[in-house]
Amino acid sequence: MVAPMTDRTARRFGLVVAIALGVLIVTDGDAFAQADAGADVDAGVDAGLHARALADSGRFGESDLPVACGVAVSDVPDDAGGQLRVTWGVLAERVKSDAITGYEILRYGPGESPEPVGDALATDSEYTDTTAEDGVPYQYVVRTRTPFGSTDSEPCEPAIARAQWFARGRLSTLIVVLLFCAALAYFIRKAKGGGDLFVRKIPGLEAVDDAVGRATEMGRPVLFVPGIETVSEVGTLAALTILGHVAKRVARHGTPLDVPCADPIVMTTAQEIVKQAYAEVGRPEEYDPMRVAYLTYDQFGYTAGVDGMMLRDRPEAVFLIGTFYAESLILAETGHSIGAIQIAGTKETSQLPFFVAACDYTLIGEEIFAASSYLSREPVMLGSLKGQDLAKLGIVCVILFAFVVGTAGALIRPDGTSVLTRIFEFVSAWFN
Amino acid sequence: MRRAVPLAITFLTGLFLVVSFFIPHRPFGELEQRLLVWFAIVAGFTMLLGVDNLIRSHARKITRTSEGWGHSVVLLVGLVATVVVGVIGRVQFGSPFHLQSPFMFIYSYTIVPLQATMFALLAFFIASASYRAFRARNWVATLLLVSAVIVMLGRIPIGAAMSEFFPWMQEWIMTVPQLAAKRGIQIGAALGAVSMSLRIILGIERSYLS
Repeated sequence: MVAPMTDRTARRFGLVVAIALGVLIVTDGDAFAQADAGADVDAGVDAGLHARALADSGRFGESDLPVACGVAVSDVPDDAGGQLRVTWGVLAERVKSDAITGYEILRYGPGESPEPVGDALATDSEYTDTTAEDGVPYQYVVRTRTPFGSTDSEPCEPAIARAQWFARGRLSTLIVVLLFCAALAYFIRKAKGGGDLFVRKIPGLEAVDDAVGRATEMGRPVLFVPGIETVSEVGTLAALTILGHVAKRVARHGTPLDVPCADPIVMTTAQEIVKQAYAEVGRPEEYDPMRVAYLTYDQFGYTAGVDGMMLRDRPEAVFLIGTFYAESLILAETGHSIGAIQIAGTKETSQLPFFVAACDYTLIGEEIFAASSYLSREPVMLGSLKGQDLAKLGIVCVILFAFVVGTAGALIRPDGTSVLTRIFEFVSAWFN
Repeated sequence: MRRAVPLAITFLTGLFLVVSFFIPHRPFGELEQRLLVWFAIVAGFTMLLGVDNLIRSHARKITRTSEGWGHSVVLLVGLVATVVVGVIGRVQFGSPFHLQSPFMFIYSYTIVPLQATMFALLAFFIASASYRAFRARNWVATLLLVSAVIVMLGRIPIGAAMSEFFPWMQEWIMTVPQLAAKRGIQIGAALGAVSMSLRIILGIERSYLS
C-alpha cells in the first residue's frame, strides 16, 4: 500500500522538478528539443556526451555547431546517367566535429525548394544521388546533424547528370583486349596456313586417355566432377569443354560415366554434351541421362553425395575439374582413399595445393582453359593458345619494365622527382 | 542450322556484353543487369529439371532395389517432408523462414549440423594429405616441408616465443615467393579465361556443343 504524499513532501518534489526544468531550459532550450529527437541521440551517444559537456560549460548558439563546407557536386563519370556525386568537408566550431551524428542531403532544381534526397553517415564525406534526372541542373545543400541542432551548408554550384558513351576509365582494358585479339587472330591465321606450332606437353592432359583406359580395363566407371559453381563461371565452362572430350573417349570404350552436378543448368548442359558424345561415336543407346545427375546446390551436401558415389561405385578414374572451394580436399582425399587415378584442375589458387597433395595430376590455372585446344589438336585452337602465350610475354615485359624503371628512378632520386619515377607512376596508373 | 543458331546466339550475346562493358550509356549499360535477370529466370526453371532428375533417379533406384536403395527412400522422404513443413510454416507463421516455424527447426537442427560435420572432416583430411605431401622424398618436397614448418610455427604464439625468426620468415614466405607464384598463376588463368571466352564468342571453341 502506498503511503499518501504529505504536503511537505509534495512541496519538496515540486521544487526538485522546477529546478531540474529550469536547469534544462537555461542550458539551451533549443538544444534540448533537438536532443529529444531520439534517433540522432542514439546514433551519437559518445559524441553527444562530449557535446553536452561542452554545453554545460556555457551557452552556445547555432554558429558554434559544425557545418559542412566546400560542398561540390559533379557528374559521376563512366555511368549510364542519372547520378551526381556530392562531396563536402566539415568546418568545426566550438562543438567539435565528433559531435556530428550524420548528414542529410537536400537537392533542388530550377524553381524548386530544397527537398531531402538521402542521408549519409557521420564518417562520410560524399554521397551519390542516384535519382537525378539527366540534363537538369541540380544544386545541393548538406545538413549537418548534431544532438543539439542542425546546420545547413551554403548551396553548391549546379551540376548536370549525363550518360557517357564510353567508359574512359576502361580505355587501358580496351587497348589490352584489342592487342590480345590481334595476337590471337595472327596465330590463328598462321595455324590455318599450316604453320608449325609447338605446344608444351601437359602431363595432366596426356593422362586423360590412360585414366579412361585403366577404368575400362578394370570394368569400373569414370567419375567427372565439374565443380560447384554455375555455368556462368568460366572455370565451369572450361570443365564442360573437357567433359566433352572425356565423354567421347568413355563412349568409345563403352565405360560408364557419372557426372554429379551441383547446379541444374550445369546438369542440363552436361547431359547434352554427354548425349552428343555418345551419338558421335555411334552408341546413342548407351547414353543414360540418370548418370548425369543433379545432387544438390548445397556445398557440403554435394560433397557428401559425391563422396558417397565414390565409396559405393568405386570409380577407377576421377576427374575433379572446375571451380572448387573448401570441398576440394574432402573430394580429393576420398578419391585417393579408393585408389582411383585422379586428374584435378582449377583456377582457384587457394585450392591448388590440396589437389597437388592429393591427386595424381593437377591442371594448374590456365591449363584447364588450354585443355580443350590441347586435346582436340585442331590448328585453329592451338593458334589461340600461342596468342595467349604472346600476351603473357607482353605482360611479363611490362612488369619487368616497370620494375626496372621504378627501381632506377627511386635510386637516382629518392624524393620521387625523377623522370623514371614519373614514367613508373604513369605505367602503374594506366594499368590500375 | 542446328549449330549455326546456338553459335549466332552465343556470338551476339558475348558481343553485347563486351560492348556494354565499355559503353555505359543506355541501353548498353543496362544489358548486363537485364541478362542477369533472364539468367535467373532460366535458372529457376532448370531447378525444376534438377529436382525432376533427382526424383526420377532415386525412384529408379528404389524400384530396382539397387544397392543402397534405402538411402534413396530417406532422401525422397526428406525432400517431401521439407516441402510440406515449408508450406505449414507459410500457413502458420506467414513465412517458412520465421524462427518458430518447423522449417527453420529442420534447418537449424538438421542441415546446419550436417554441414558443420562435413566441414569438420576437412581437419582430418588436411592432416592425412599433409602427411603425404610433406614427406621429404626429394629436395623439392624437402623445401616444401621446411617452408610449411616455418609458416606453421610463425603463425602460432609458440613460434614467436621460440624465436622472432619464425614470424618474420613466415611473413616473408607468404608475401614474397608465395604471393609471386600465386599472382603468376592468376595472371595466366585470367589470360586463359579471356582466351577461352573469345574462342567461345567467335565460335572457335565448340566442344560444349559437341
